[in-house]
Amino acid sequence: MSAESAVLSIDGLEVSLPHREGVVHAVRGVSFEIGRGETVCVVGESGCGKSMTAMAVLNLLPRGARREARALRWRDEDILNAGERRMRDLRGDRIGMIFQEPLTALNPSLPIGEQLMEVYRRHRPAQKREAHARALDMLGQVGIPNPEERLSQYPYQLSGGLRQRVVIAMALMCEPELIIADEPTTALDVTIQAQILRLLIDLKDRFGLALLLITHDLAVASRIADRIVVMYAGEVVEEAPTDAFFARPLHPYARGLLGCLPSAHGGQNDAPLQVIPGTVPSLIGEMNGCAFLERCAFADAACSGTIPLTDFGGHKVRCIKAKVPGVAP
Amino acid sequence: MASEAETGALPRLDATPGVAPARRTTLRRWLSNSGVSIGGGLFLVILFLTLIGPFLVPHSPFDQSLVSRLRPPVWSGGTAEHPFGTDYLGRDYLARLLWGGRISLLIGFCTIAVAGIFGTTIGVLAGYFGGTLDFAVRFLIMVRLALPAVLIALAVAFIAGPSLKLLIIVLGLLLWDRFAVVARATTMQLRTSEFVIAARATGASNLTILRRDILPNIVNQLIVIATVELANAVLIAAALSFLGLGVQPPMPDWGLMIAEGKQYLLFSPYLITLPGAAMMVLVLSVNLLGDGIRDVTDPEARGR
Repeated sequence: MSAESAVLSIDGLEVSLPHREGVVHAVRGVSFEIGRGETVCVVGESGCGKSMTAMAVLNLLPRGARREARALRWRDEDILNAGERRMRDLRGDRIGMIFQEPLTALNPSLPIGEQLMEVYRRHRPAQKREAHARALDMLGQVGIPNPEERLSQYPYQLSGGLRQRVVIAMALMCEPELIIADEPTTALDVTIQAQILRLLIDLKDRFGLALLLITHDLAVASRIADRIVVMYAGEVVEEAPTDAFFARPLHPYARGLLGCLPSAHGGQNDAPLQVIPGTVPSLIGEMNGCAFLERCAFADAACSGTIPLTDFGGHKVRCIKAKVPGVAP
Repeated sequence: MASEAETGALPRLDATPGVAPARRTTLRRWLSNSGVSIGGGLFLVILFLTLIGPFLVPHSPFDQSLVSRLRPPVWSGGTAEHPFGTDYLGRDYLARLLWGGRISLLIGFCTIAVAGIFGTTIGVLAGYFGGTLDFAVRFLIMVRLALPAVLIALAVAFIAGPSLKLLIIVLGLLLWDRFAVVARATTMQLRTSEFVIAARATGASNLTILRRDILPNIVNQLIVIATVELANAVLIAAALSFLGLGVQPPMPDWGLMIAEGKQYLLFSPYLITLPGAAMMVLVLSVNLLGDGIRDVTDPEARGR
């Protein structure tokens, strides 16, 4: 991926948070890019720094958090050193965001129509009537029946699935080029999850959106992503095109994750599901060597050195044991 | 934009039933609360009487008639000419009660306006921005809590001379602490809530967030505080008037009326019991209303 066609490029992002027992290094040197119209899924377990990465991009980190990076670019613009005013212009206009909890992501005291129109009028010199038409249109686009009636309703009058559609409509109000979705389906029940996922796939094709989807659900990632970024303990441990990743995960952690998935049509494997032994290392203080070292079956003395992200023809992995036959790193 | 065929391909959801009569059920929920219905009803009656009442009574509250001094009220041998009797200068007591209610409510409302605006502003700002500002506001609240309100009001009134305007300002600057405490605490809770972060993620400025996301969501709690403080302000103002440092004669005021009637306590007790009862009913109704609003708007109680 060349730098010019990337809408967002993150290079060497570090996020640290103050904590009673020391500094928590929540994100440690994360780099990846998102191309125009591309869908990148960041997967990993809770606390691995996925959400922190997303919030760091928009400079919406919690108070006290420190953000550092070699570079953080929106198209060709440096947004690492951009002022709050410029970031406000980008947020909601060029970059939309979808949150995990549709139940709490809407202001309970305002009708949803007003909330939608406000986003639009914040970024466009639009009259009320124009914003109203736009809100109506977007509610239709995200598959909400009777949008006219819904505009005057309050969030508590809508079901969880409908609210998530409203949140998505809000993110789309200004036709952004990139949507950051932080676990958009996690809080919903399974049938609604499938609907919302289908809606996201449909919308990203229709609007040509780039999508940064944060999820811990590999099944979701496999359906929607062009590229998978696996994070572990604040680091990117593997990055690959979706097909290549699911065909041959290289990092022992990624393999372990896939081994944990139950299969409905596995046939011969009635064997119990695999578990990754051990727990995630503490993120407090500096860390040396491979973050997965203590849980890894292949680890040896060499693994306590610095582990670089090795590129096997587009399939990057942070593991010195990983080999791809026929491809030189 | 997308054609009908495209949107038609999306999974459709059935319209959720039962949302149309939402407004009516809200009204019923409010009225079914006894605090709101009784307290609110009483308060409305008092408001109505004090606003309209003086025009229905044929007497002026200022006209003296030494011939008809200390006429008893109608239930203890008086005439319908002065249903609530007359005071020591022969002024119609009903007219004075109604006018006095006006003054009490005027002081109460103006005081909570001053206190509410000041307290809420500093509380919300402290809760939202935190840091040094929060430290300063916390310090200010502690200083205020260490000051005895009545004593300060007395001292100021004594030094600067009694006046209605001064009374309101002093009371307002003494009763803001609860507004500040509650506004600060609720704002701190809301600040990290997802919809505030979501608002920031759509490019909202701090001012917009405070105005649209914070204030509308704390206003219920503030209304409850306002009712308590309204009652409080009425009582303190009456106390100051009683001591001669609040409302000045010949202006009718419930506290002042009690003070003027105290020499006649033994033979004309209505001079004290009537304004006292009026004040009690007002304070009670406002407190009941506040409790009711708190119960109804408590999210835990919703849907019950």
